[in-house]
Amino acid sequence: MSKDYFEIIRAGINTTFQDLGRKNLYHIGIPFSGVMDNRNFLIANKLVENKFNSPVIEFAYQGPHLKYFGNKINISITGDVNFVLKKKKEVIDGICYKSFSLENGDELDIRSTNKSVYGYLAISGELDIKYQWSSCSTNTKANIGANDGKKLNLNQKINISKINENLNHKSLKYINTKIQNIRILKGTNFDYFSEKGKDIFLNKEFTVSKLSDRMGMRLEGPKIKNIVDTNIKSEGLIKGVIQVPADGNPIIMLSDHGTIGGYPKIGVVISADYDRLVQLTPGSKVKFKEVNLSSAETLYKLYDLETQNLISQVQ
Amino acid sequence: MIKNISNLGDAALYCDFGKDVNKETNTKVIRYFKSIQKKHIKGINNLTPSYNKLIVSFDLKTTNFQNLKKEIENLDLINSETINNKKIEIPVCCDENFSLDIKRLEEKLKITREKIYENFFDKEFFCYMTGFIAGMPFLGDIDKNLRAKRLETPRVKVPKGSVGLTEQFANIYTFESPGGWNIIGNTPINIFDSSKEKNPNLINPGDLIIFKEINKDQFLNHNE
Repeated sequence: MSKDYFEIIRAGINTTFQDLGRKNLYHIGIPFSGVMDNRNFLIANKLVENKFNSPVIEFAYQGPHLKYFGNKINISITGDVNFVLKKKKEVIDGICYKSFSLENGDELDIRSTNKSVYGYLAISGELDIKYQWSSCSTNTKANIGANDGKKLNLNQKINISKINENLNHKSLKYINTKIQNIRILKGTNFDYFSEKGKDIFLNKEFTVSKLSDRMGMRLEGPKIKNIVDTNIKSEGLIKGVIQVPADGNPIIMLSDHGTIGGYPKIGVVISADYDRLVQLTPGSKVKFKEVNLSSAETLYKLYDLETQNLISQVQ
Repeated sequence: MIKNISNLGDAALYCDFGKDVNKETNTKVIRYFKSIQKKHIKGINNLTPSYNKLIVSFDLKTTNFQNLKKEIENLDLINSETINNKKIEIPVCCDENFSLDIKRLEEKLKITREKIYENFFDKEFFCYMTGFIAGMPFLGDIDKNLRAKRLETPRVKVPKGSVGLTEQFANIYTFESPGGWNIIGNTPINIFDSSKEKNPNLINPGDLIIFKEINKDQFLNHNE
């Protein structure tokens, strides 16, 4: 048993181990998985001086309440998160994008995300967790990855196999940006929809539904009418694909999506907007905005550059 | 052989092999899939072959649509003969506890269950693709008299090992999952094993499958 570990006082709603996910397995039916919000994941690791693809704990809405036992360690939390550290003599209000030390007996209570869905907890060291196909990412549908492919539960421990040697304090001045316009490219079945349906898709407001999770985000709004066929021959899916089933409500594929689907694809969210897309809470109002391929490529380059800049500003 | 390559979003190629869903078209898809796989092209994250499409998704940091399109268009294809297809027998028990939709199918197809089983077992099926959930094989083509639509309301939980029919295809639920296929039996064989990282799928695209009927005793005494 590990001498440095967390006890779970409250597991939170959907708390899982994640890293950048697993590649080259779509053809056998295994999705990419991995962190939903890539940028916040990378910054969290940098704040505790981990390697860039170190496993973190991803939580949604309500996070875990943990009690730490062992040698001094650093943690960081990224996203837009309300949390406190309970030390022996004081309770400290947590600040995102800043590392904090935890000592034997300290508690970390991640109460909730603010107007966002996902937050990240990075721990300065290596977690004692299982890897499958070179990734720890937990896929709770197929029970693949760390923690036997299940979300974290009460009465279990998070064991740390190694603590980083340097425990410097780091921080970053950054506030998450939110989006209301989701930029998209037309999908391969765009012409399956009526002129009015296309107009609704590109110009009207949609509301993020409660039925959204790591697999997909459902949207509600005016119905998008199909005039060709409400089914296509099943074919591959990727992250960000927007399918419209017979009921006319769009569904956006997210990191744990099924690898094959048979609904027409009206659009695909551009890569530059994915991190901010996943942070939209149920009830959020959104609009789709069409861009062309070369703009989408440029926008991603800019977004990635901005992420790299943020990472280099961590000090 | 690819009819058209377009982009699916900014980080995937959508290779269309034509409208038809048949073994011939799918064999072309698989040939491309294996050829690309073998070449280890930089930046490719995933390949998803299906009946008549191949989706190539990539890391936009490393490459882009135009570059990869050129590379795929000029690809040297491996010989079809070198694609190694396995022949696999899958035992299926049709005890009433397993054949959840047999009554419904009898009504939909207007034939007896005996006829349904007679037309389904001991026939050779081709694996078009695997996916949706990990390891689920899409097999075909089943007899013309067995073709039915999906359930109107999909089940929230289809038991692991269930064998289902829809349209010209059969599939196997590799673990408990929601689903809408017409379930006619259950196999005791583990079709997907995540502990075998090198080859977790028992059935892969291009393989040939024959279903063999077993009784409940054989099902219960089945040891892998």
